[in-house]
Amino acid sequence: MSTYDVAVIGGGIVGAAVARLLGGTSLSVALLEARDDVGDGTSKANTAILHTGFDAKPGTLESRLVARGYDLLGRYAEATGIPVERTGALLVAWTREQLDALPGLRDKAGRNGYTACEIVDAAEVYRRVPDLGPGALGGLTVPGESIICTWTTNLALATDAVNRGVRLLRGHRVTEVRTGPDATRLVTTAGEVSARWVVNAAGLGADALDALFGHDRFTVTPRRGELLVFDKLARPLAPCIVLPVPSSAGKGVLISPTIYGNVMVGPTAEDLTDRSATGTSEAGLEFLREKGATLMPRLMKEEVTATYAGLRASIGHDDYLVELAADQRYLLIGGIRSTGLTAGMAIAEHVGELLAGHLDLTPRAALPEPPRMPNLGEAFPRPYQDAAAIAADPEYGRIVCFCERVTKGEIRDALASVVPPAGLDGLRRRTRAMNGRCQGFYCGARVRDIFEGAAE
Amino acid sequence: MTERVRVAVIGGGPAGLTAAAALAPAVDGDVLVLERERETGGIPRHSDHPGYGLRDLRRFMSGPAYARTLTGSALRAGARLETEAMVTGWAGERTLEVTSPRGRRLVEADAVVLATGARERPRPARFIAGDRPDGVYTTGQLQNLVHLHHRPVGRRAVIVGAELVSWSAVLTLHEAGCRTVLMTSQYARPEAYAAFGVPGRLAFGVLVRPRTRVVAINGRGRVASVDIEHLDTGRRRRVPCDTVITTGDWIPDHELARTGGLEMDAATLGPRVDTALATSLPGVFAAGNLLHPVDTADVAALDGRHVAAAVLAHLAGGPAAAPPGGVSLTADAPLRWVAPQLVRPGGPPPSRGKLLLWTDEFRTLPRVAAVQDGRVVGRTRLPWPAAPGRVFRVPFSLVASADPAGGPVHLTLE
Repeated sequence: MSTYDVAVIGGGIVGAAVARLLGGTSLSVALLEARDDVGDGTSKANTAILHTGFDAKPGTLESRLVARGYDLLGRYAEATGIPVERTGALLVAWTREQLDALPGLRDKAGRNGYTACEIVDAAEVYRRVPDLGPGALGGLTVPGESIICTWTTNLALATDAVNRGVRLLRGHRVTEVRTGPDATRLVTTAGEVSARWVVNAAGLGADALDALFGHDRFTVTPRRGELLVFDKLARPLAPCIVLPVPSSAGKGVLISPTIYGNVMVGPTAEDLTDRSATGTSEAGLEFLREKGATLMPRLMKEEVTATYAGLRASIGHDDYLVELAADQRYLLIGGIRSTGLTAGMAIAEHVGELLAGHLDLTPRAALPEPPRMPNLGEAFPRPYQDAAAIAADPEYGRIVCFCERVTKGEIRDALASVVPPAGLDGLRRRTRAMNGRCQGFYCGARVRDIFEGAAE
Repeated sequence: MTERVRVAVIGGGPAGLTAAAALAPAVDGDVLVLERERETGGIPRHSDHPGYGLRDLRRFMSGPAYARTLTGSALRAGARLETEAMVTGWAGERTLEVTSPRGRRLVEADAVVLATGARERPRPARFIAGDRPDGVYTTGQLQNLVHLHHRPVGRRAVIVGAELVSWSAVLTLHEAGCRTVLMTSQYARPEAYAAFGVPGRLAFGVLVRPRTRVVAINGRGRVASVDIEHLDTGRRRRVPCDTVITTGDWIPDHELARTGGLEMDAATLGPRVDTALATSLPGVFAAGNLLHPVDTADVAALDGRHVAAAVLAHLAGGPAAAPPGGVSLTADAPLRWVAPQLVRPGGPPPSRGKLLLWTDEFRTLPRVAAVQDGRVVGRTRLPWPAAPGRVFRVPFSLVASADPAGGPVHLTLE
């Protein structure tokens, strides 16, 4: 068994970003993922917003890394083709208390280094979002908030890591840790992996893994967030992200356009004990329908395309928890909540700074170019619209998934990609196939055939 | 690249194929059917049981045979059928963006017939909570899996809905070696034809639970059970199963109708049409289950025959726009929708001389009234029941004496 210089545990956004960074050095790196695909835990089910960090707690690590990550990921998205729509956000105040809170939020944004927020009156709120329900009293603009494809982000980082020489080990759930004088042996569900250094980016499982290293510093509480995704025909109703103002009445839910051209309402926030409880709940769905009906009554006349539930890793602590245990050659990245999508690359950079005193992180010469990812964004050209692409390869004109207009060429490409899908859900995240309004009524059987390589 | 045709028919199901077959011999120029699937025929292609062709072909045949027959008729009539050709949007009033493996092009037509059909609402749109395991399908997906892709399904199925299409799912499951252990219906009386209910129960041992809904699906990886609730008592129980079929609850495939800016009917969710099946846009027509989600395939097909007259009149240089005015038809609860929704002065009677309605309550010998501006303009008692889960047909004569200059006519069950 060879020994890697570093083993990164967790193939979510943070783990993939760290592996990509370390993969750019002369270190040998393994990226271990417990599940059979990258980005299959908390990273797949967030609200997919590229955050400015305007509402972070000033002075925290999170505040700094979200602001930095916003720039890093924004640039990386341009280089790799991760779709981003600069929609901006609007916090809407529905009560006097919320209206009174707006100046404080604007000032807090300033303390986070974000100074573009403006307070607007009710008329301006309705000018920006005409279909909002009655009763809005005013709002705060956050022009920099944007929507992004979280799936492509995770895949781009993982693909980049693999292209840089990182060994991606899926289906490797760490069950035991044996720390030795020079190397740590990680016993996994698919054999042992040995590494000099270990980075814990295990998301929902970070506390359990941390305990295997003998620590007892935090507990991850899985917080379930449920979402309703509305039909694309509803997209004009949500020209920007509509955020709630935090108040004594609770956190409220947001209405957001999605990068795939839908509209999303959510998330709920429910603390659970079961870390695999990714089912939706009757109460959650009912709550979102009620909220949605108040926030935007017209939206409720549109069809619901999908309901999702995802788990966020809450640690009951107001900041990220990134700590180095040099004696154990071990680094913990814990408490990365939904802002981790934005902050991931900055977290990796921060991890690099912490490790620099212990490992040689000099970038290698002649690194491969960042990967060019297939575009899943509705606002940007897709193969079915591209006459030249279809002329060159007719498979880009063969639409398999009608609702999302996914072509056989794109499915073929995903199956042959650097990090291919392990199942149909992975294929959905790489192509959008079966994610549309019919949920497989038309294409489900055929997509399954193509995935399994059946002759057509 | 722009191609010019006389008529573009969007959708090669029963309505589209029948419209094309009726139009092609009468039209000087191309009648082009654009079908996004690999084969024409629409939903009947994968409904591998008899029951098709009764009203339009006066025959009794299986879905796939029916699909082949309609395809053959359209071809023999001289229509051009293009498969794997999807209309993805509009580039002008009657100009369509089309993607196919043969390229991306525009098709400009003098007349467009929308025949995009309807689909079943999938599980998320029905707000059924719980896990997202494998084994949850709509009838369409189930029949696709079994009949076209020869895939196994499970051993024990629960069917959500007891409509006509739900029994079609029972047949398919039976053929695939999967027993239907339970059908749930929100209604007090199972809504499918009585002819299905008793033999269905006897032949397949299916238990139908009225006034019941599925509230959650449980299972990791594969479906393990569903939780059902009685709508009146609130009592719940868990039913073990490995397959769940969500049936019926149809919604028109109305994306092109909406993105084309057609006036829509808030009740059917399809485009609003007059008795000639003209939409609000000149030269754009609609037929089939896009307009009435859903009637049987033969009735959809007969829409295709009916729409041809209006298309030909338009091509012959009839008035650029349909005459303004006309009387609106509206369905009052428990009636959910009516199609068509507009009766124009001088317009033809609707297809088959019938108004199509949908009811949410069961009536054995329904009395229907048409009320305009507070005045009863028509009333009739029908010898057939009004039953949830299938179209309820009413003679057009009911509204024949409505005042063409009057307000909307409300159709009610008395």
